[in-house]
Amino acid sequence: MATVVVQRPKLKWHEKWFISTLAKGLLITLGHAIAILRGKKKVTMQYPEEKWDAHLPDHYRGAPALVTDEHGRERCVSCQLCEFICPPRAITIIPEEIPSTDPWAKVEKRPRLFNIDMIRCIYCGMCEEVCPEQAIFLRKDYAITGLSRAEMVHDKKRLYEIGGVREGLVNKWNDLK
Amino acid sequence: MSNTAVTAPASPPAVDLVNVQVNGVWHKFPKGTRMIEACRQVGALVPHYCYHPKLTSPGNCRMCLVEMGMPPRPTPGQEPEKDEFGMPKIGWMPRPVIACANTVAEGQGIRTEGKLSEEVRKGVMELLLINHPLDCPICDQAGECRLQEFSVEHGNGESRFREEKVKKPKNVDIGPRIRLDDERCIMCSRCIRFTAEIADDPVLGFTERGSYTTLAVHPGKRLENNYSLNTVDICPVGALTSNDFRFQMRVWFLKETKSLCTKCGRGCNIEISSRQNEVYRQTPRENNDVNSTWMCDQGRLDFHFVNSDYRLTQPLVKKSNGHHPTTWKLAVNQVSDALRSVKASEIAVIASGRMTNEELYLTHALVKSAGIENYDVVPRTGGGDDYLRADDQNPNSNGVRAIWGAEPGAKLPKIIEGINSGAIKVVLALGENLVKAGLEKAALEKLTFLASSHILANATAELSHVVLPAASYAEKRGSMINVTGRLQRLSKAVNSPGEARDDWEILRDIILAYAGSNGIHSVEDVFKRMAGDVEIFSGLTLARIGELGVQVMETGEKVPLLERERERKAKGIIVG
Repeated sequence: MATVVVQRPKLKWHEKWFISTLAKGLLITLGHAIAILRGKKKVTMQYPEEKWDAHLPDHYRGAPALVTDEHGRERCVSCQLCEFICPPRAITIIPEEIPSTDPWAKVEKRPRLFNIDMIRCIYCGMCEEVCPEQAIFLRKDYAITGLSRAEMVHDKKRLYEIGGVREGLVNKWNDLK
Repeated sequence: MSNTAVTAPASPPAVDLVNVQVNGVWHKFPKGTRMIEACRQVGALVPHYCYHPKLTSPGNCRMCLVEMGMPPRPTPGQEPEKDEFGMPKIGWMPRPVIACANTVAEGQGIRTEGKLSEEVRKGVMELLLINHPLDCPICDQAGECRLQEFSVEHGNGESRFREEKVKKPKNVDIGPRIRLDDERCIMCSRCIRFTAEIADDPVLGFTERGSYTTLAVHPGKRLENNYSLNTVDICPVGALTSNDFRFQMRVWFLKETKSLCTKCGRGCNIEISSRQNEVYRQTPRENNDVNSTWMCDQGRLDFHFVNSDYRLTQPLVKKSNGHHPTTWKLAVNQVSDALRSVKASEIAVIASGRMTNEELYLTHALVKSAGIENYDVVPRTGGGDDYLRADDQNPNSNGVRAIWGAEPGAKLPKIIEGINSGAIKVVLALGENLVKAGLEKAALEKLTFLASSHILANATAELSHVVLPAASYAEKRGSMINVTGRLQRLSKAVNSPGEARDDWEILRDIILAYAGSNGIHSVEDVFKRMAGDVEIFSGLTLARIGELGVQVMETGEKVPLLERERERKAKGIIVG
């Protein structure tokens, strides 16, 4: 094996004792401090009064939520693929049959219960990826808080609240169906 | 498979073997074997929809098309060509044949892989999927759907069909337990053949032609026979779905446990599908000596009580103001104290023909150690039919005969008389609702002590001084002997709710409290001890019973459905 001889820089005594390097560092800090004090620069954000929301990237993964479409139909048909794929097993679904009086009776199936335990959720986005009905999406909400474990479980109502209406999705259950 | 099914004594005399080449390897098969079965035996699975070994083969789905060839007939004086194995060279046919309805022949060649077979499968898949809806997310069959499976294995991946799909009736109510979705139907006709050939209730048929072919019930008829749900099992797609299981749970979540149906004495082999301690469905499991591949709807749907809200979950003792929860130890001690408090002649034990052999054995051990003469099970008869259902509604009457050496119900009238007259003061009821067994509430109220073990809360539990919560058939292990004398095994699918315990554990604890240590720690120990005492079980263990059971008694009882199936098999109508 070839031996590489590394040339170490020759340090002066004040560099060896960190005297000049320390001064250099303090100078940089001082420069920033003066810039901030003069109002020329801003490095901290006053959370939660100020938020990072406007700068979130498009691929940001926040809380998963269910969506309805422009026809007012809940898109989830309760196929339970998200429940199956969910790595931390945060999702619980109990399906039910859509009654024949419902305008969307031809879809036949919908969730009776849809819970996502936000304590368990790891925001991986597998549920969105696996969904064959474009019904679950990861939103940009990240501040999911609660005072009890029960409060941290998002039920169906809450999930539709977060998700809202999403337009322009594939309408699989159109008139031709 | 630890045990292979014992075949009927009427096997064909001399088996004629023919040489058949499957995917380039020569094998020997008995003459008359269907090509599809021959391929399956050597591990070359041929995809199929309409073929079912227990039904006739109309060959209408075309999915099992394979490449076939025969040695060409030599011209006069010509020597037949041989291949490197010394077998005649095969002349491959340019067109495929169906493997399900053709039998093997000497010198035949079958190719299940290769360009021709793969292309025809692709073509058949494409045609089947032209009008098939894309509603797998709501379809109950998804996950166990042949169309899904073969679409992945042999399909195109995308559709070239740009026109509108044919619309057909959806969500059709064709019977009390079945829902039909005609768009999903691929016209394999398995259900039609089942209702006509096995259930003798031909109510299904096709109407219209071509791509408009529609499965329907005949006008004015409904698919409501007691075997209707078998059509859901054999439907390769989601056209027929069970109302009971509809939208309850996706099949990929279900854990399957091989067990027995305990609805009647037939002891049909089943798979219990459960998830997270809840039973979702029961489906038949093949056993050609018990139930073929079928079971009745009554037995299949008789599991809802396992998940019932009326389950007993704690041992209870009766005080002046009703029942109160207690500990197992106190409850069991109270029972054993009560058994000691009176003479043996004043005690009666009423057990159940629904108990396993192990439980019956321990009951017997208890009554013997206490010297109790009044013990019996409650017989139940009626409801048998000409197919699978046995007239004996207790799943383990033969266990009572084998282990107790007594006829079920022989002593019961005397016990009832004793309770009514007040001669019997202490009663231990194991898994039986005495009020339904012919006893008056007033007579039971007069008893000095009544202890009972139950699965569900009932009138007898209400009257009992001590109530012991027991496990249902899906929650315990054990063995039973069915009406034809076959020893079969129950397996545990789910856990018992709350503090409910296996009956054998309850009995063991009562024996322990009553007579002291007995060295029994597991249900295997009970079986081991029983195998030493009961002659027909000698040499057996719970593990050795296997998934398909062993014949331990000769009862002379025949299964009408199996007899007919054997007859059809002997005639070569079905593969069997």
